[in-house]
Amino acid sequence: MAGITRISSFWPSFSPRVGSVTVRWYSSNKVYGPLADEDRIFTNLYGRHEWRLKGALSRGDWYKTKEIILKGPDWILNEIKTSGLRGRGGAGFPSGMKWSFMNKPSDGRPKYLVVNADEGEPGTCKDREIMRHDPHKLVEGCLIAGRAMGALAAYIYIRGEFYNEASNMQVAINEAYKAGLIGENACGSGYNFDVFMHRGAGAYICGEETALIESLEGKQGKPRLKPPFPADVGVFGCPTTVANVETVAVAPAICRRGGSWFVGFGRPRNSGTKLFNISGHVNNPCTVEEEMSIPLRELIERHAGGVTGGWDNLLGVIPGGSSTPVIPKHVCEEAIMDFDGLVACQTSLGTAAVIVMNKQTDIVKAIARLIAFYKHESCGQCTPCREGVSWMYKIMNRFVRGDAHPEEIDALWEVSKQIEGHTICALGDGAAWPVQGLIRHFRPVLEERMANFAASQNALAN
Amino acid sequence: MLRIGVSRLLQHGSRHTAASAAAASAARAQSSAPEKIEVFIDDIPVMVPPGTTVLQAAAEAGVEIPRFCYHERLSVAGNCRMCLVEVEKSVKPVAACAMPVMKGWRIKTNSEMTRKAREGVMEFLLINHPLDCPICDQGGECDLQDQSMTFGSDRTRFLDTKRAVQDKNIGPLVKTIMTRCIHCTRCVRFATEIAGVEDLGTTGRGNDMQIGTYVEKMLMSELSGNVIDLCPVGALTSKPYAFTARPWEIRRTDSIDVMDAVGSNIVVNHRTGEVLRILPQVNEEINEEWLSDKSRFAYDGLKRQRLLYPMVKDSSGELRSCEWEDALIVAAKALKSADGSVAAIAGGLVDAESLVALKDLVNKLGGESTCTEEIFPDAGTGTDLRSSYLLNTKIVGVEEADLIVFIGTNPRYEAPLFNARVRKAWMYNELNAAIIGPKVDLTYDCEHLGDDPSIIGKLLNGSHPFSQRLNTAKRPMIVVGTSLLARPDGGVLYSQLLQLSQKLRSGCEGGAEWRVLNVLQRVASQVAALDLGYTPGVTDICNHPPKVLYLLGADEGAITRDQLPKDMLVIYQGHHGDRGAEMADVILPGAAYTEKTATYVNTEGRAQLTRAALVPPGMAREDWKIIRALSEIVGTKLPYDCLDDVRMRLTEISPNLTRYGEVEEANYFTQASALAQLVSGKQDTTPIDVPQKKLEDFYMTNSITRASPTMAKCIAAVRKEAANRYIE
Repeated sequence: MAGITRISSFWPSFSPRVGSVTVRWYSSNKVYGPLADEDRIFTNLYGRHEWRLKGALSRGDWYKTKEIILKGPDWILNEIKTSGLRGRGGAGFPSGMKWSFMNKPSDGRPKYLVVNADEGEPGTCKDREIMRHDPHKLVEGCLIAGRAMGALAAYIYIRGEFYNEASNMQVAINEAYKAGLIGENACGSGYNFDVFMHRGAGAYICGEETALIESLEGKQGKPRLKPPFPADVGVFGCPTTVANVETVAVAPAICRRGGSWFVGFGRPRNSGTKLFNISGHVNNPCTVEEEMSIPLRELIERHAGGVTGGWDNLLGVIPGGSSTPVIPKHVCEEAIMDFDGLVACQTSLGTAAVIVMNKQTDIVKAIARLIAFYKHESCGQCTPCREGVSWMYKIMNRFVRGDAHPEEIDALWEVSKQIEGHTICALGDGAAWPVQGLIRHFRPVLEERMANFAASQNALAN
Repeated sequence: MLRIGVSRLLQHGSRHTAASAAAASAARAQSSAPEKIEVFIDDIPVMVPPGTTVLQAAAEAGVEIPRFCYHERLSVAGNCRMCLVEVEKSVKPVAACAMPVMKGWRIKTNSEMTRKAREGVMEFLLINHPLDCPICDQGGECDLQDQSMTFGSDRTRFLDTKRAVQDKNIGPLVKTIMTRCIHCTRCVRFATEIAGVEDLGTTGRGNDMQIGTYVEKMLMSELSGNVIDLCPVGALTSKPYAFTARPWEIRRTDSIDVMDAVGSNIVVNHRTGEVLRILPQVNEEINEEWLSDKSRFAYDGLKRQRLLYPMVKDSSGELRSCEWEDALIVAAKALKSADGSVAAIAGGLVDAESLVALKDLVNKLGGESTCTEEIFPDAGTGTDLRSSYLLNTKIVGVEEADLIVFIGTNPRYEAPLFNARVRKAWMYNELNAAIIGPKVDLTYDCEHLGDDPSIIGKLLNGSHPFSQRLNTAKRPMIVVGTSLLARPDGGVLYSQLLQLSQKLRSGCEGGAEWRVLNVLQRVASQVAALDLGYTPGVTDICNHPPKVLYLLGADEGAITRDQLPKDMLVIYQGHHGDRGAEMADVILPGAAYTEKTATYVNTEGRAQLTRAALVPPGMAREDWKIIRALSEIVGTKLPYDCLDDVRMRLTEISPNLTRYGEVEEANYFTQASALAQLVSGKQDTTPIDVPQKKLEDFYMTNSITRASPTMAKCIAAVRKEAANRYIE
């Protein structure tokens, strides 16, 4: 519990670590990662210990939660703001600011916290680890985040396929109720707070915040138009904040150890620790908590045992879940795993789900498969996504065979641009980016395949 | 059947004041910030109230932004993305239909980004659209066709196969070709929000999304035809009109509908002497832009069962067609020899001109009884005061009311568009409704107070539990149906209602300007007939049978041949061979509402003109002219030679009859109420009933609809639907 002692240190420079970080920000040879064991938030990520309340208590969850709550919303919000925490669901919106939108004077409507546990992005498996192995972190996070917003209750919208996770979550919620940690007079703080869990029915689109709200209300999961934003009109017509599981689950640790502790990790504006999921062609696929801004190569080699067949066998990496554009090996060499670092590589941190592909991958087929996923998961509400993604799917299927003209590569690029930014929700963008990444970096592969196909057709004709 | 949610309220903020506390933030933006903000549409500055959408602001500046899913009378869906426009300093284009403007926004409706976005959406919409315009009924009046000409690309890049969707059978009125659907969801929103039936919805997702009813079922609404107008493409078209004509071949005549007493404004589409279809015409005060299915589809009844030739019964008792001269002479002889023992009954589809002509003729011949088929109690002031038989608050008045009580009426089928207006007020303006009479589905929550007539008395003396609500209402409305008035104790009940209304009126916040009492007439001719001094009901004729009875379009069987003496001569003038013609000795073929320029007064008391779209078929003639000709042969020539003269006569009797489009205020409630107190009589205990309870009762209510094959198909379909095992 080294971090807890720092709760009282409001001034960042008092902390030796933060002090040294400040120096390192301006030095070019600052190294990010590996994360020290005492700095890990998710200490039962691999389920090696008890996940129930007893185990959670032994790991420091629910420690002095009452005191945190009694410090009040402003204090909590301030800590979150100091920590520089950005939403872990993919968009990376500063959480402190988002949560403070809820602190407007009440008009009589209750406020709600909705936890987005509909983790459906291919490659992403961070939230499920939290929910099945450390569910109390999320329950406690709900209470603290809920207090920060003055919320009446939290709804955890959990992906329907996560049966065991939902089961563990529910056990944890029940335990917390029984122990008086949530519910009426939560933790003895005098604050009443309920936590409900709602299981989804297996639609990727319900991970979009307004679609999630619609689904929670019992309607078809179709994104709403914004404005009005959920902070004005959210679930059941009341002010709502939708936050990712990881974002909510790190809030108690931030409050206990101080925002200044959290901000000490990673580069400025990209601070904190983060769960990375490394999958694909690596020797040891894993989920690991690491410091933000760790170089991609180090992340893969340190935690995932390196690329199958060695680093030189790397073809490309999808760094942030299936919707982010792929980056080829030469970009991977330099890529920094944080929001700004990946934007600089024309891709995105997303959910930090690193999908590694080595040279045995048929990259065209891989992207075509992702488009098939997005085609299947498009809600069909707005035109560009409904029509455009299935069109891209048809084109990509021909590209896999090479059955196309090279000019169609440009057409496909334009189609993806016609989808991007023209839809109601961000799913349209997410469906367009993989294709854009493919064309940006692997155009020669596409052209070669088309040439081969044309040659084989000619050979047949002759 | 939920009222519109908060999010919808917010979206509607600009059109409907959001009164609930839940929408306080939106309301604040409306009420405490009335200051207009300046925005620039293509550098044209416009001042708009906060909350205005980009699309509305652009309309203000005279710039029309293309759209498919947006419709000003429906909630905003924002799903077609056709209205994307560039806003300066915004990275992405914004959906103009849904985005409220912010101060100082510079909106570019014709920039490169905007044009690219439109072209992209257009391309996407067309890749799966069948492009079967040559065989599509929407061709020529298709939004997709028009907008693809203006904003689309001139070539295709789509090399793959198109999607095809199975057509749905949603009844005999709306034809579906679902492959053409662009998923704008206008039909879904119309059905859910305006028609109040949640039959339509979307199933599937992504490219497999379909509009439909989930299980095969009929779109069970009296307003279903409006989805045809709303559909921006040819996915929903008119079944009876299928493959009939192209819009550019059609002649259009603005007219008035007579299927109910609402007086919806219509456009009669016709060609070569035939009505091809009937479309609504916008009139904000009456039908907005909707039309009931009966008004829209009953036109094929105009071609069937028509009386084409004058007829006279021969010696064998069989009606034989003859020349006008013969028929008129037979009629004239009878009228002359009747020696004043002449009476007339007017039906529900008759115009004011022929009503006045017939009344003048009968009176000149010495007859006194000119009656209408519809009954109205004679007790108290009877029909002496206009206010006692009109919908005094007017149709738009519903939107100001906060409590409406229906008594002995089913507005959903007696006046579908009035009911749609009530539903609108219920959704957006917190209007509450209650009904005394049979329990019927009005598409909105309506408290059923029972069907016992004694409830009215209890409401009057305040002993009913509902009285409290009624007394505290700010702007209550009492809507009395004709079925209540037709009861034997209608007079007693009506005088109680008169007193109750007056009591509420003096107490309510609306004050003297607010009219509580409303009568919802069922037929188009009734108000004009009462204005002209016709006696409601035929009891007088039954009691004192005349020698000659003149039926002017009286087809509802108010009187039957058995009730009349054998030697009585019955003249029938009208356009359909229906119940009236069946019992006639002489038939004079008249014109239907599409064939004459004539005055009708709706239930509000609003005089409106139909215009002749066609000439009457065969030897049929305009009705007032027939009476005028007959009067000359009888020898009591009526003093008018042209339509203007007839109108002069109408004005002489009641000036409001020729003040077209306007509603003359009717008053004297205090006097009516005072006289009503004197009314006493026996009150029976028969439950209050209405004739039209279910959808199948809606379709056939007059001679035109009874002759309409489409209406017959509707009834058959509704009855068949009862056996549909997929619905409750």
